[in-house]
Amino acid sequence: MKRLGLMVVILLSFLLMFSLVAGAAEEIVIGVYEPMTGPYAAGGQMTMEGVNLAFEQQPTVLGRPIKMVLVDNKSEKVEAANAVARLIEFEKAVAIVGTYGSACAIPGSEVANKAGIPMMGCSPTNPLVTLGKPYAFRACFIDPFQGAVMANFAVNNLNAKTAVVIQDIASDYAVGLSNFFREAFIKLTGNPKSIVGLISYQTGDQDFTAQVTYAASKNPDVVFVPAGSYGDAALIIKQGKEMGITAKFLGGDTWEAPEFIEVGGEAVEGGYFSTHFDATAVTTKAAEKFCKDFEEKYKKAPSAFAALGFDAFNLVVDAIKRAGSADPKAIRDALAETKDYEGVTGMITLDYNGDATKDAIIKTIENGQFKYVATVRPF
Amino acid sequence: MSLNIFLQNLSNGISLGCLFALVAIGYTMVYGVLRLINFAHGDIFMMAAFFVFYAMTIFSLPWGIACLVAIILAMVLGRTIERVAYKPLRNAPRISSLCSAIGMSFLLENFAIVVFGGRPKSFYRPEFFAKTFVLGEVRVPGVNFVTPIVSIVFLLILSYIVYRTKTGLAMRAISKDFDTAMLMGINLDRTISFTFMIGSGLAAVGAILWALRYPQIWPFMGVFPGWRAFTAAIIGGIGSIRGAMVGGFLVGLLTIMIVAFLPELAGYKDAFIFVILIFVLLFKPEGLFGEE
Repeated sequence: MKRLGLMVVILLSFLLMFSLVAGAAEEIVIGVYEPMTGPYAAGGQMTMEGVNLAFEQQPTVLGRPIKMVLVDNKSEKVEAANAVARLIEFEKAVAIVGTYGSACAIPGSEVANKAGIPMMGCSPTNPLVTLGKPYAFRACFIDPFQGAVMANFAVNNLNAKTAVVIQDIASDYAVGLSNFFREAFIKLTGNPKSIVGLISYQTGDQDFTAQVTYAASKNPDVVFVPAGSYGDAALIIKQGKEMGITAKFLGGDTWEAPEFIEVGGEAVEGGYFSTHFDATAVTTKAAEKFCKDFEEKYKKAPSAFAALGFDAFNLVVDAIKRAGSADPKAIRDALAETKDYEGVTGMITLDYNGDATKDAIIKTIENGQFKYVATVRPF
Repeated sequence: MSLNIFLQNLSNGISLGCLFALVAIGYTMVYGVLRLINFAHGDIFMMAAFFVFYAMTIFSLPWGIACLVAIILAMVLGRTIERVAYKPLRNAPRISSLCSAIGMSFLLENFAIVVFGGRPKSFYRPEFFAKTFVLGEVRVPGVNFVTPIVSIVFLLILSYIVYRTKTGLAMRAISKDFDTAMLMGINLDRTISFTFMIGSGLAAVGAILWALRYPQIWPFMGVFPGWRAFTAAIIGGIGSIRGAMVGGFLVGLLTIMIVAFLPELAGYKDAFIFVILIFVLLFKPEGLFGEE
């Protein structure tokens, strides 16, 4: 009888402890969807370095632990929509961070917006990611700006009069950026015929010889390659040089991946591209600390995607703090009011679309390294 | 289009066509013998490229030996797949082995993601292959000289095996009539294994040449050439080796020429190829060289 009593007491105390723990520390789930495999894998993995660092530094909010759940979107549009649905329905995420690649972020934000769960994009730059979606935001600039930056650089710094564009017709990012670049280039040169060639390929292609032969035959001053995947861009430039293109190659933020240089080798030397961040040209105090912490953890300098992943996660945590609750609607409203937030990629203010207005950085490839060239203010 | 540009495109198209032909033969041989579409073929292609990569990076073998090792490993892999995934289903309905083949394909792709990682890797190119030669105004990368020669040599060896040796005779007998061939004392298991090994070996040769031309390898690299070669095998007449060669050549040339002649429609070149496939299936369902 005595033993039975003791057991009951122990059991009850266990139950009490359990309920106390559960009650006091209900987790806040932040879902992350990124391409960990497939053609965008390097981008997703670089982003996660930043997200993981941010999570490590801020594992709790409102006195409750954060549970970060990562789902691989496999660099595919359908998988991206599935990943977001899974995060919302199965993992019960109150906010979502992701993803690298507009092609994946557009269907992803569609699902999140419909479900009424706020999504903070790290690096998808296509306007359609947030357009008309009150629950979708992003920490980066958008492609009309990026396209204009590169067109401006081509015309004013490289004295380009003519350009050929080689685009991936199956990537929303590439088609969008290609359009914005061409628009800006024609406006800047004042010559509607200054785009002497536009040619497409499809995601998954590895033979671009016909496209680059076409580009070479037009003899342009610059060739713009807004590839959805850095691997495509590297192969295009490589095959382009083999087919005798001597023009300068220009591109967008997807170029910044170590694989781009590994695969492209000597061929990509001297190319120029726009991106979001450079460790040698930081503008905020938070960025200095971030670079130090990042180098300590990973023993290398942070990439633009790591920096944006770091900012995107922190913007969500900051919004939860300001909202004072983990209610998705309250988080959305707090995110929409984000103003002069000191991020590592610059001061972040989200406009009525949910987009950030920020500086662009132009980099080049020199001796197998990415090198800072210039910072371009928003215009 | 000037003659130079046309010749440039022709040279690119021939090199791509040879690559497709090598892979297409693997599909067609297995189909000829077993009446099975080996969907894992494109993934054996991918594994072969990784075998070369790891033979060089981990075991630091010289390039040539690494390629040889990769071809042998790919043959072993092809044979193992046949033993594990297809042989137990030989007497089951055909749809079962088809499902098994698709399953095998996913298994290999996901195995590669877990073990090799999802990020693309750069593939080593010996200097000769990376160099570009200028003939007149046509620029030809070194590997484009090698690809047709290697393809033709391997195809000649293959024709010899299939049409001039006992094993080849056995393969042809099995493809005509499974049961009678067995009654005549043909060793079924050995012949089928042999077929898979040859098909996989050719996929490995194709993969090495492919990776030399497009020096980037990743777990899904076999999907695109695999599907294209499969289409080629059907256009040529699945089951016919000559058909696979011609089909591969045709698909490779078309891929390039559609872009060259219709630059505005370049993004939809795959649609053109599949439209041609549909027409072939509608009007000559057995393919260009297939048997009725």
